[in-house]
Amino acid sequence: MSDRDPDTAGQAWVFGADIDTDQITPSRFIVSSDPKELATHAFNDLRPEFSANVSPGDFVVAGENFGSGSSREHAPLSLIGAGVSGVVAQSFARIFFRNGINLGLPLLICPDADRIDDGDEISMDVADGVVHNHTKDESYEAEALPPFLQSLVESGGLKEYTKSKLES
Amino acid sequence: MSGKTLAEKILSDKSGDDVRAGDYVEATVDTMLTHDITGPLSFQTFYEVAGEDASPQNPESILLAIDHHAPADGVQAANNHNILREFGEKHGVAQFEVGDGICHQLVVEEGFVKPGDLVIGADSHSTTFGGLGAFGTGVGSSDLGTAMATGELWFRVPETRRFEVTGELSPGVYAKDLILKFIGDVGFAGATYMAAEYTGSAIESLPIHERIVLSNMAIEMGGKAGLVEPDQRTVAFLEAQTGESVELDPNLYSDDDAEFASVERYIGEEIEPQVSKPSNPENAVSVSEVAGTSIDQLFVGTCTNGRYEDIKIVADILAGETLAQGTRMVVVPASRRVYQKALETGVFQTLIDAGAIIQSAGCGPCAGYHQGVLGDDDVCLATANRNFPGREGSMQSQVYLASPATVGASALYGEITDPRSVESKLNRHDDYILSEVQR
Repeated sequence: MSDRDPDTAGQAWVFGADIDTDQITPSRFIVSSDPKELATHAFNDLRPEFSANVSPGDFVVAGENFGSGSSREHAPLSLIGAGVSGVVAQSFARIFFRNGINLGLPLLICPDADRIDDGDEISMDVADGVVHNHTKDESYEAEALPPFLQSLVESGGLKEYTKSKLES
Repeated sequence: MSGKTLAEKILSDKSGDDVRAGDYVEATVDTMLTHDITGPLSFQTFYEVAGEDASPQNPESILLAIDHHAPADGVQAANNHNILREFGEKHGVAQFEVGDGICHQLVVEEGFVKPGDLVIGADSHSTTFGGLGAFGTGVGSSDLGTAMATGELWFRVPETRRFEVTGELSPGVYAKDLILKFIGDVGFAGATYMAAEYTGSAIESLPIHERIVLSNMAIEMGGKAGLVEPDQRTVAFLEAQTGESVELDPNLYSDDDAEFASVERYIGEEIEPQVSKPSNPENAVSVSEVAGTSIDQLFVGTCTNGRYEDIKIVADILAGETLAQGTRMVVVPASRRVYQKALETGVFQTLIDAGAIIQSAGCGPCAGYHQGVLGDDDVCLATANRNFPGREGSMQSQVYLASPATVGASALYGEITDPRSVESKLNRHDDYILSEVQR
């Protein structure tokens, strides 16, 4: 997913706590596995205007426990399909976190995510674990990834990591 | 150095390293499952990683189920089913058909899991297998696809949050009430990145089908696994199911001096029947707090409470009775064997006579696809595991979660009812041996 550039500022779409994967990609739409198709239904019931108005390079910002519930990889895929540059949340549910890391979708755990308002221009410094809020001229510390996960991300996600493992 | 938790022991064994909570490992996977929602994406990853002509590393470790949109409720779903059939046939992996049942129930019935195993599933309720002393955990499709290619997967070794229940459960109180109580107490994210472990005399005396309920819903507190130490009851259950002898590794327990993230203590006799209010499983309250809430639809089924023993509890209560006027009951058995057992024993006849609808085995309306989706303002009382906004249909609908006994008692009155009010009809069932029922 090398077309993603979380260093470049984009608009924040802010969501609350405990946003489960049924709300990110409602069950009735996940008969498709195509990121572009899934993107047209992202947050369909929760925030119907999202899919029509999100622009490539935007960010999703959320409270605690983002991506809880079902294991569907369709949820992070729908955000990738929408061109979202990254997700900043106060915490993630573990399968969503896994899926994001595996797919190469930049994720940062940031306790100050609640300081970001809908529409703020933000960017992510993934390696150093910093979120910049350009609208408010503030920066927030985020948790840096543990070394193993950092190496997984650096090799381009789980597929690339596994391919090079199989070749060696 | 302190002792190890059961989770640390299993992941040490499967990775070949001496690991502790917080370590990252690559471990050998014993069983992996996927279904008609997550399967197509998993296969795509598999071919991308391993190559178009590749075969899975261990075809015998894979189980494919068609359970979510089954029977197909649309053309795209039907096409997904065919993708599973094609993959199953091409690679000689166990592929179950429409109506055979829910993936988790099939893993248990078909002998795909034993104590100490590492099981992954591209379905969040893969924590189910902890009830048999296996480390079962839900993963994504990329995880499953790469694991099919290599036989391995990466894991972070979890901390363990322990739930100890002494004494025994009172009449009318079941494992479902216990797990709703736990989730209510620690919260929807209370065990995120952790293994939940259930222990104490009240847990030890639970039959396997009840232990499975505790493990199944560990994900509803964010858990990576939900473990019960395996014992002779586990061995007897598996031997009866599979007809093969099972050896129990005597090391499969958490050491006395293992480090736990926390230990929550309960007294079995003090637990009351629980109901989780809309729209999160953590909204658990004693049944008395919501008694009298009017119900439109009752739903009996799912990987949590769709087993024969669960359906029989409902039938015992409804025998000779009819559903309250203005209510409807949807019953979805967890597998074809459960279906046949309920047919043979007259359980389904009882439910049909009472006015219930019986559907083919699968996930039913649990995730809001089909077979009983809720409309605006509908109120449902379900034996299911989730009640998120819109989960079973309309965003305006409301879902309450409860045990089969509470659903059965509520069906008599059309409102949420304490199952202890029909105490003379309440039974506690031992594990039924479904292997005696032909698929």
